[in-house]
Amino acid sequence: MGTTTLTKPDRDSLAGDTGRNGGGFRRNDFGGGDSGGAREWRVPMRTYRTGMWLGLAGIVMLFAAFTSALIVRKGLGENWGSTPIPHVLWLNTLVLIASSATLEVSRRALARRLSIRFTGWLYATTVLGLVFLAGQVAAWRELAARGFYLATNTSASFLYLLTAAHGVHLLGGIMALAYLAMRAPAIATGRQRRTAVDVTAIYWHFMDGLWIYILILLLTRL
Amino acid sequence: MAEVHAEAVHRHEAPKSFIRRYIFSLDHKVIGIQYWFLALFSVFVGMILSVFIRIHLIAPQAKIPFLDKLSPVGAPGGVITPEYYLALLTLHGTIMVFFVLTTAPQSGFGNYILPIQIGAEDMAFPRLNMLSFWVTFVALVVIMATFFVADGPPISGWTAYPPLSAVGGAAGPGQALGQNLWILSIALFCVASLLGALNFIATTIDLRARGLSLLRLPLTCWSWFITAILALLSFAVLLAAGVLLLLDRVGGTSFFVPGGLIVSDKIINHAGGSPLLWQHLFWFFGHPEVYIAILPGMGVTSHIVSTFARKPIFGYKAMVVAMGAIGFLGFVVWGHHMFMSGMSPYSGFAFSVLTMAIGVPSAIKTFNWLGTILGGKLRFPTAMLFALGFVSLFVSGGLSGIFLGQAPVDIQFHDTYFVVAHFHLIMGVAAIFGIFAGTFFWFPKMFGRMMNETLGKIHFWVTFVGVYMIFMPMHFLGIVGHPRRYSELTGFEFLKPLTGVHDFISHAAFLTAAVQLVFLFNVFWSMFKGRKASDNPWEATTLEWTVPSPPPHDNFAGKHPVVHHGAYEFSVPGAEKDYIMQDSPEKGSAGH
Repeated sequence: MGTTTLTKPDRDSLAGDTGRNGGGFRRNDFGGGDSGGAREWRVPMRTYRTGMWLGLAGIVMLFAAFTSALIVRKGLGENWGSTPIPHVLWLNTLVLIASSATLEVSRRALARRLSIRFTGWLYATTVLGLVFLAGQVAAWRELAARGFYLATNTSASFLYLLTAAHGVHLLGGIMALAYLAMRAPAIATGRQRRTAVDVTAIYWHFMDGLWIYILILLLTRL
Repeated sequence: MAEVHAEAVHRHEAPKSFIRRYIFSLDHKVIGIQYWFLALFSVFVGMILSVFIRIHLIAPQAKIPFLDKLSPVGAPGGVITPEYYLALLTLHGTIMVFFVLTTAPQSGFGNYILPIQIGAEDMAFPRLNMLSFWVTFVALVVIMATFFVADGPPISGWTAYPPLSAVGGAAGPGQALGQNLWILSIALFCVASLLGALNFIATTIDLRARGLSLLRLPLTCWSWFITAILALLSFAVLLAAGVLLLLDRVGGTSFFVPGGLIVSDKIINHAGGSPLLWQHLFWFFGHPEVYIAILPGMGVTSHIVSTFARKPIFGYKAMVVAMGAIGFLGFVVWGHHMFMSGMSPYSGFAFSVLTMAIGVPSAIKTFNWLGTILGGKLRFPTAMLFALGFVSLFVSGGLSGIFLGQAPVDIQFHDTYFVVAHFHLIMGVAAIFGIFAGTFFWFPKMFGRMMNETLGKIHFWVTFVGVYMIFMPMHFLGIVGHPRRYSELTGFEFLKPLTGVHDFISHAAFLTAAVQLVFLFNVFWSMFKGRKASDNPWEATTLEWTVPSPPPHDNFAGKHPVVHHGAYEFSVPGAEKDYIMQDSPEKGSAGH
């Protein structure tokens, strides 16, 4: 972490500071006031990764709670019923795994500064993500067509709940990917940091893994 | 070199417009103060609700002036109906627990002070920080809105147990729209808390100044760090529970609502859900939540007691480990809120033992505070009085927890005023005293002016005596078997001899509530007219006292502090003064 000042703060701005000392509510700015000029605020790159892993910890707890609810509800209550797993979910799984692969190809292209390849595979990942979501909607429609709605029985409720919760989080990931894809030229030429791509990739691969977990949970517990 | 130290550059120029400086600010100091004002507003709303509750308990037919305008259905002619009584206590609990005790100690003081105490210019993710505050603000607006919707606020308690909370309007006024808004508000609050917790943890891990090892961290920073971990792991579970409850209410699902219910002559068309499931999910969150409420107060108390005893904190490492133990154990004791739910006695025994285990690190902390005070060169500004008050109330409130933690004893005490006494002493007073202590301690730094000490001492003593007068008698009410959440006491023979106790409690409550106005006046008067504060009016050692009061926009005016000492170097033999600042190049250590 940077520990030395690169520029000496100029006298005028410091004098401005002491003038604001204890200036009271009217004149002070809760410290939010002007200390003069732009200061470069440095946050280490690894902090973004740390933040992402922490966010994932929160998401893990959310799905842990849903899992616990499923297990307890199945054991304690009634009207569990049974729900068929729509076949399209298998196709969706392949699509999502493929999207993780394309994302990795994209990242490696970025590391080798292959700008067009990076951008192209990034768009491919985004498209595959959208295809996955479309596939999930298709799965819900198939369930509805077979008479399984949200409240039909509790196993159906959990199927809808888990796939929808995952889908919502995946949508967030797709929006991040789309944003990156639009910024791809700047990222590829190094004018913007790569960390955003790395951090989004962590999230995306996690969503992939989470989906596989959900699928196994549904297959074994529904 | 550039690759190894690759760093992001935030353009963190000082903003110029009023909106960017005070409203949508990225500055952690502004955001901390915004949270603090949000909590201040919320605590006064919560307190007014408690005054209504206490009036109603001793004078059920009392006509409260504007209440009939607020809710013609809930308080016709100003007389609180039993249902509205439940609505008032539901919002009292919800607002106090979430919008006061989960905001001010952590998001308020933590946001303001943590980055400065670790030598950073801001939190790790300033935009996420701003988002967290404004989402919390929207959550508050939504919960306040429940007062103004037709049917009023929900009546299911801050714990929102199904089936009552899940079957909709049939269960009573406020259970339709009111309960939906409650769920929405809490869900928003969960998201804001999760994002905030993420910020705190990343900041503490990654942005510490050079030389600031973990064992040199002030105990305030440790408390915010551990609290943030608890929040990150527990709020997601509450969010899950809220989603399931909302689906039961509007989606026709049966996660919680059993089949065969008839409520208010209305058949409830659900099938086979488990109300117990809600209790497990809620309390898995609910127990860490109360440690989220108290841990920052412990950190602040350690910090202030050490500063004003002019002695290093007794047993710094033990204090850190104790907070960690409290945090960890807090995750495995949720069943002690459910002893009466029909659980197996073996589960009850397990939860009971683990609950009592929490007494060990809590006692370690208490003895260490006492050990810090013993032999100290004590000073008694108001901040110190509130910190000592925290120790007193933490013991008082904590001891009753040991009673409640025994499953057989809880058979008598569950859902009585004994529980009310316990959690009010520990949360409604000790944690609040932590907020007061932090306010009196850091006000000079935040606003550049000193608070009035005379007003502070009046406020402290009347409040300290007042809260004991309010909550100590409640233990006796509970032992006798006086149920909680009852609006009318007049119909029960065995409660009749206790009306005198309620009179005493209510009058003590009115006095204590009134003296809070002294605090309110002190805060606002001092902001404009208080004596100007120097950089370090308390002669404290941590980094926030090395910068001007208030600090400049980037905290350290472009410098990057380097830390050479632990956080509690007081009365070091051979040192120039009776304290050594953390960034002082002077040699010497208290050797703790």
